[in-house]
Amino acid sequence: MDKFNKVTGVAAPMPLINIDTDMIIPKLFLKTIKRSGLGKNLFDEMRYNEDGSEISDFVLNQPAYRNAEIIVAGDNFGCGSSREHAPWALLDFGIRVVISTSFADIFFNNCFKNGILPIILPQEDVDKLMDDAGRGANAVVTVDLENQVITGPDGGKIEFTVDAFKKHCLLNGLDDIGLTMQKSDAIDAFEKQYGAATPWV
Amino acid sequence: MTAKTLYDKIWDAHLISEDADGTSLLYIDRHLVHEVTSPQAFEGLRAAGRKVHAPDKTIAVPDHNVPTTLDRVDGIVKNEESRIQLEALDKNAKDFGVHYYPVDDVRQGVVHIIGPEQGWTLPGMTIVCGDSHTATHGAFGSLAHGIGTSEVEHVLATQTLIQAKSKNMKVEITGKLPAGVTAKDITMTVIGLTGTAGGTGYVIEYCGEAIRDLSMEGRMTVCNMAIEGGARAGLIAPDEKTFEYVKGRPHAPKGGMWELAMENWKSLFTDEDAHFDKVLTIKGEDIAPAVTWGTSPEDVLPITGVVPSPEDFEGGKVDAVKRSLEYMGLTSGMKLTDIQIDTVFVGSCTNGRIEDFRAVADIVKGKKIKEGMRAIVVPGSGLVRAQAEEEGIAQILIDAGFEWRLAGCSMCLAMNPDKLEAGERCAATTNRNFEGRQGRGGRTHLVSPAMAAAAALTGHLTDVRDL
Repeated sequence: MDKFNKVTGVAAPMPLINIDTDMIIPKLFLKTIKRSGLGKNLFDEMRYNEDGSEISDFVLNQPAYRNAEIIVAGDNFGCGSSREHAPWALLDFGIRVVISTSFADIFFNNCFKNGILPIILPQEDVDKLMDDAGRGANAVVTVDLENQVITGPDGGKIEFTVDAFKKHCLLNGLDDIGLTMQKSDAIDAFEKQYGAATPWV
Repeated sequence: MTAKTLYDKIWDAHLISEDADGTSLLYIDRHLVHEVTSPQAFEGLRAAGRKVHAPDKTIAVPDHNVPTTLDRVDGIVKNEESRIQLEALDKNAKDFGVHYYPVDDVRQGVVHIIGPEQGWTLPGMTIVCGDSHTATHGAFGSLAHGIGTSEVEHVLATQTLIQAKSKNMKVEITGKLPAGVTAKDITMTVIGLTGTAGGTGYVIEYCGEAIRDLSMEGRMTVCNMAIEGGARAGLIAPDEKTFEYVKGRPHAPKGGMWELAMENWKSLFTDEDAHFDKVLTIKGEDIAPAVTWGTSPEDVLPITGVVPSPEDFEGGKVDAVKRSLEYMGLTSGMKLTDIQIDTVFVGSCTNGRIEDFRAVADIVKGKKIKEGMRAIVVPGSGLVRAQAEEEGIAQILIDAGFEWRLAGCSMCLAMNPDKLEAGERCAATTNRNFEGRQGRGGRTHLVSPAMAAAAALTGHLTDVRDL
């Protein structure tokens, strides 16, 4: 996983609430057996007509936002399925940060496993950033994970919180499995004791 | 001793370690695997030279991609990508030595149907799967939830999961349900009240007389949709019905081991004074047959209602409702029972069990579905299919004009040949009415099996109590 420290990029506004995983990456693209290459189908049904041509007023099709690295979204972003194809598609497109008032639980976790930082902020901060994002190519926002601060296009700063363990993993690009395997003695000991107590499991 | 909720008890029993910040390592008892969210995980294991830590606790089955038409027995999977994904699961299951129910095995079916059916799902367990509807297994008093593919790989490699503990939420359904009201109506009504983010950060325990009165099939339907309310998991404390359902299943404990397990399972309840961070109480008698009108599972109304107007809502929901109504092709103020339907789908991990097909058969017996209606019934497993045939249910459905299919996820998510075309409108017993969920441009109204049967007969959304 790529390390995440600081991202400076264009923020795209997506004020719609409840943007679900079927919108982020429709099911027909889940048939891949790879993690890569999903960026072109990110938000597929919102982004393209049935004949494959672009829907021009969709935000990521607008010239100012074609290289967006940050999405400012309405409430409950990522609700629905557990498909990790959703963060894979975002990452492959180039999105490294999603900001909203709330996220669906599984999507939220999946982001951290893929070097994407989902940031939860109060409504007024999201509203402010949504306004900033509306400025098109001038909507350049900096997200500094180390210092947990977002700097808007006018220099205004918004602090955010992040789980310490998840922050540590993102900053260092750490693989969870490797970390857990360092605890293999504890796992083995647990399995022994638990297996003896619940032999039917 | 501190009073604990059922969730607290299961959590504590599986906790391997906990860091100062609350980051915890949980032991996983059962890992269910399907073809869509696992290939990248197995590939990751291969690349790192890792093995599956506990192949005996890992169960693989193809369900999302499999065609459900009868020509499947000839091995026909026309879509190349689907075939590759199915072949990948077959190879991975064999290479890594996990339990496996291939497409041509009569026990194959939707992963959340076959877990309980085969006795893999037992009370008090931790169960995960790369699928959000893993919440289904909570009906047995097990902590069950969906995970992403990175976590699938983590569980395959270590049989553990890194977690932060959720908060406790209680949803109590008191009293009795009126006639014509089912488990599906309960779970949809709850989501209508909490919203799709109302459960975020929580594990829900469903309780109360109306929940106790449900069969295990009904309880699975209730827990299945906990995720649509945003909850990590839904739970129902096990009781005699649970034990009766589990007993004798192929992988359930037997003999002395059964006695030992029962001793443990009888401690699986929430202590009297345990603390819940959030409580919702609904009177069973207030619940009506429910239907969704929009493109979010929270867009729920009783069938007696009318399509709402965006002005009925506040904040971001106003624009979301405008978009929904346009997508759904509905006008504010129209009666829900005036909505014409051209497709009916009965099946999925929400409503693909024997009781669901009995409910449909009860309503359509001796009748014919509306002319021109496409009505598809897809059993949740090969064994459900066999049982329905033995009980004569399949014949009743076929005589009424339904297509009777082989087991799979089918039209719940349109990853296989079963899907809606743009503009088609379906009464579906599934769990998600998102835009495009059943096919691009397709319109979904979530309902119970009984309500789906009623719509199939009349050609429009119908109050099953009026039939």
